[in-house]
Amino acid sequence: MEIALVVAGILVVLAFFLISMYNRLVTLRQRVREAWADIDVQLKRRWDLIPNLVETVKGYAAHERQTFEAVTQARAQAIAAATSGSPEQRASAENALGGALLNLRAVAEAYPQLQAVQEFKDLSENLSATEDKIAFARRFYNGGVRDYNTALMTFPTNVLGGMFGFTPEQYFELTDVAERAVPQVKFT
Amino acid sequence: MAGPAPRLSIYDALAANRIRTAVLIAVFTLIVLALGFVFGEYLQPGGGAALMPFAIGFSALSSAGSYFAGDKVVLGMSHARELGVGEEPQLRNIVEALAIGSGLPTPKLYLIDDTAPNAFATGRDPRHASIAVTRGLLAKLERTELEAVLAHEMSHIGNRDIRVMLLVIVLVGTVALLADWLMRSMWWGGRRGRDRDRGGAVALLAFALALVTPVIATLIQLAVSRQREYLADASAALLTRYPPALASALRKIAADREPLEVANKATASLYIANPLKDRPAFFDGLFDTHPPVEERIRRLEAMG
Repeated sequence: MEIALVVAGILVVLAFFLISMYNRLVTLRQRVREAWADIDVQLKRRWDLIPNLVETVKGYAAHERQTFEAVTQARAQAIAAATSGSPEQRASAENALGGALLNLRAVAEAYPQLQAVQEFKDLSENLSATEDKIAFARRFYNGGVRDYNTALMTFPTNVLGGMFGFTPEQYFELTDVAERAVPQVKFT
Repeated sequence: MAGPAPRLSIYDALAANRIRTAVLIAVFTLIVLALGFVFGEYLQPGGGAALMPFAIGFSALSSAGSYFAGDKVVLGMSHARELGVGEEPQLRNIVEALAIGSGLPTPKLYLIDDTAPNAFATGRDPRHASIAVTRGLLAKLERTELEAVLAHEMSHIGNRDIRVMLLVIVLVGTVALLADWLMRSMWWGGRRGRDRDRGGAVALLAFALALVTPVIATLIQLAVSRQREYLADASAALLTRYPPALASALRKIAADREPLEVANKATASLYIANPLKDRPAFFDGLFDTHPPVEERIRRLEAMG
């Protein structure tokens, strides 16, 4: 009788332990998904800002056609990667878009008249803010992925994770565009 | 302080702040009970116990009041005005980005119309949090510096420091008011020169004052944990990945000799850097609400 009680007690404690472990994994995975949604929102906002920005710059620097085309093309590729590509492909497409935008801004710097236009200033601040948010959202997402994946790889959560089909998430590696891309400066 | 400072992580900070909140409310309740007892005994010998229910009710009400409405009181005291959606877009953009980066809801934004650069955060939890900045802060800091200051305030929100600070301010203020009011009423009662012997009451009064003063000092100690500021600086550096920005912002804020008119002794501990610039040197250390700016800058530069 007493032994049965002890065994039952141990089983109850074990069940609580397993439940809390399972819930922790679910919470961590949920946090990763929410963080992903944050990145998604900001990336889409960046796409939405681009047509207006290109049009505004065009008005003052019509002959920089190559730059505009590069931005428009990179945007289309980023949108395509969002619907069909893996996070990795998407990251590289967004990375390319970031680089093209940097070029666009470098080109715009050469036109002082453009710098004085209020609409351009607003778009510029909006774009900077959005890229800031992308950077922060990415950091938060990668932090969440790190915590989740670490939990999945360490004992004893890895056993439970394997039993219930938890799979590791991928990092979103968008290397700091500002550090990587060298703006093309043309002396013509 | 001698020796190396103890290491403190955000999880330690969360746990420590939960304990601080409980201790604060307990200590406050004890003080109110003690004051109520003294006053009851003063009115009528043996009448202290009769006042206890009132004292308990009073401390419960003011604890709940400062928990739920304290941020409004503090923001009102600082003459802070809530910013509308279209106002100060850069400030809002930065705060939204930091909120995303720290996984917190975007706090409400308030503006204090003063040219002295400073900022504080308040509220009972991240869902009911506000950040107030002065007009001078927006004018005098670069974007990266402003971002660093706001990241520091977001860390206070994330660590739940804001709740502890809020309770300290309102509850310590209430105790000070109560003690003051009690002292005055006894003073005037004694002056009227009634026949009844007031010797016992006077002794009790002395006892009450002796009790209240060190406790208030302890509460202030709780409020001014230096670790809290260092931790918020470190978290801000981690969030923005650029410690030099906060260092240069602190340097600018400290170099500005203009005092912030709307700040007072009660709210000073909330701000990112001490807003009361004209303080006599004697009180430095005793009532220091912040660690020395030089030390904070040194630690930030060591991180870079």
